[in-house]
Amino acid sequence: MQAFTKLNGLVAPMDRANVDTDAIIPKQFLKSIKRTGYGPFLFDEWRYEDHGEPGMDCTNRPKRADFVLNKQRYQGAEILLARENFGCGSSREHAPWAILDFGFSCVIAPSFADIFFNNCFKNGILPIVLDDLVMDQLFKACVKHEGYRLDVDLEQQTVTTPGGESFHFEVDTFRKHCLLNGLDDIALTLTQTDVICSYENERRKSASWLF
Amino acid sequence: MKAKTLFDKIWGQHIVKENDDGSVLLYIDRHLVHEVTSPQAFEGLRLAGRKPWRVNASVATPDHNVPTTERDKGITDPVSRTQVETLDSNCEEFGITEFGLDDIRQGVVHVMGPEQGLILPGMTVVCGDSHTSTHGAFGSIAMGIGTSEVEHVLATQCLIQKKPKVMRINVNGARPNGITGKDIALFIIGKVGTAGGTGYALEFAGEAIRSLSMEGRMTLCNMAIEAGARCGMIAVDDVTIDYVNGRPYAPSGEIWEQAEAAWRQLHSDDHANFDKELNFQAKDIVPQVSWGTSPEMELPITESVPDPLDARDEVQREGWSRALQYMGLQAGTPLQDINIDKVFIGSCTNGRIEDFREAAAMVKGKHVAKNVKLALAVPGSGLVKQQAETEGLDTIFREAGFEWREPGCSMCLAMNADRLEPRERCASTSNRNFEGRQGMGGRTHLVSPAMAAAAAIAGHFVDIRDWH
Repeated sequence: MQAFTKLNGLVAPMDRANVDTDAIIPKQFLKSIKRTGYGPFLFDEWRYEDHGEPGMDCTNRPKRADFVLNKQRYQGAEILLARENFGCGSSREHAPWAILDFGFSCVIAPSFADIFFNNCFKNGILPIVLDDLVMDQLFKACVKHEGYRLDVDLEQQTVTTPGGESFHFEVDTFRKHCLLNGLDDIALTLTQTDVICSYENERRKSASWLF
Repeated sequence: MKAKTLFDKIWGQHIVKENDDGSVLLYIDRHLVHEVTSPQAFEGLRLAGRKPWRVNASVATPDHNVPTTERDKGITDPVSRTQVETLDSNCEEFGITEFGLDDIRQGVVHVMGPEQGLILPGMTVVCGDSHTSTHGAFGSIAMGIGTSEVEHVLATQCLIQKKPKVMRINVNGARPNGITGKDIALFIIGKVGTAGGTGYALEFAGEAIRSLSMEGRMTLCNMAIEAGARCGMIAVDDVTIDYVNGRPYAPSGEIWEQAEAAWRQLHSDDHANFDKELNFQAKDIVPQVSWGTSPEMELPITESVPDPLDARDEVQREGWSRALQYMGLQAGTPLQDINIDKVFIGSCTNGRIEDFREAAAMVKGKHVAKNVKLALAVPGSGLVKQQAETEGLDTIFREAGFEWREPGCSMCLAMNADRLEPRERCASTSNRNFEGRQGMGGRTHLVSPAMAAAAAIAGHFVDIRDWH
């Protein structure tokens, strides 16, 4: 996994609540057996006028001019501002894969759906929760100032505006450690092999029907 | 001894190790696998040279991509076919039991698992699918996970988890006639919202919940995820035990007796402490219909499409306006005046035998309305299909103008050929009414099987309590 430490990135605003994973990456793209290549199809139904299918060349597909990520000023954005309950719905990890493949490595919202939130950490994306009032402020600033960028520092757990205003965010110690170091948590769990085996041995005796 | 919740009891039994930061290494008893969220996980195992930790903990079946017609011709879509074949070859390579396309046990993973007795009370159950919450109906902790965690479970039989908070939702009083697990689920989601359960495990309790069959309980727990919850669960009682008894993978003989004794303890203790508790009255629940593009956008069938002016804040007003536009609805239209184009009965939410019995009872001796272009009845598994056919339900559906299909996820998420065309409106027994869920531009209304069946006959939504 790619590590996440600091990011100074262009910000794009996705100003709607309850953005679901079906919208982030529609179902037809879930047929792929790979982890990469989803970026061109991120928000496919909102982004393009036509119906997208896996394997399509998207360079000449008709784009919806009013969709935020199609606007010239947000090209190259690396930080996505979102509203409440972002990533609700299905558990598809294709959603964070598509977000990452598109170029975002940080999503900031007042709340996230649990599974999506968890999936982000497994893929080098930092999901940050900031409260509604701060979100309103960031949305306004982002829309008002073309080229609006934010500084994100995972070690310090801060989001800093161009004006120098800094907001603290919470993150689990273990998730932070994995993200800062780009660690594969399977390898970490496998260092606990003895403990897992002894748990299993006990359970085989007390609840044999589970094995 | 401290009074414990059902959740706390099962959680406690599965802690392998407590970490310093408050997370735990949680042991996973059962892992269900399907073709969409597993290929990258198996590939990860291969690249790292790892093997499944406990191969008999995982059981697989293809469901999302499979065709529901002409099974003997195989899968014509090459991309779907590759994904299903990849599941076959991965299961073969790693030694995982799979009920493939030619097996009568094949079906929607959340229908197949319980039907086979693979889901037992007190288990921790995971699957790379959000609707894994279904299995909490057995008094288990059942959670949807992403592909990285699928790989983690395959490799270690564990997950690193933070304990969620626990919320009990009581639905008190007798369940009125015509009110199903689906109506209760939609009602609760309408009240708490799609993020109302975020960070929580939900326990459903109360007289109305206890009166549900296992099918009804599975429908309710299935939709716990639509309330944003990590999982939904219901205490074990005779209904649970009777359902599990005699299933192929359930224990038998002396071990059954030991298991049953342990399972009888799987309920929240009196005076157990919940982080949150909500109370609803069953008598307040009438058949529900969703009107918008989020499962929380739902109302009793007796109501009309809401007006965005009545929304609680600007964000909700914006959401409602967008939903009305997408759904092609006018504020103030009675829900019973909404005409439909297609009907879908099936899915992990409502693809079980009881669902087809209830739907068949509505359509028996009648015919779908002229404006209904397609009415699909898609059994949740080969065994549900077989049982329904034994009872003659397939004939009832066919004579009423329904198509009786092969098992799979079908038009719940339209990964196969079963889908809505732009602007088509569907009465659906599935779980999500998101934009594009059943096909690009398609308009989904979530309802119970009986409500979907009645809508097929009437051509529009009806209140099944006073409909003949």
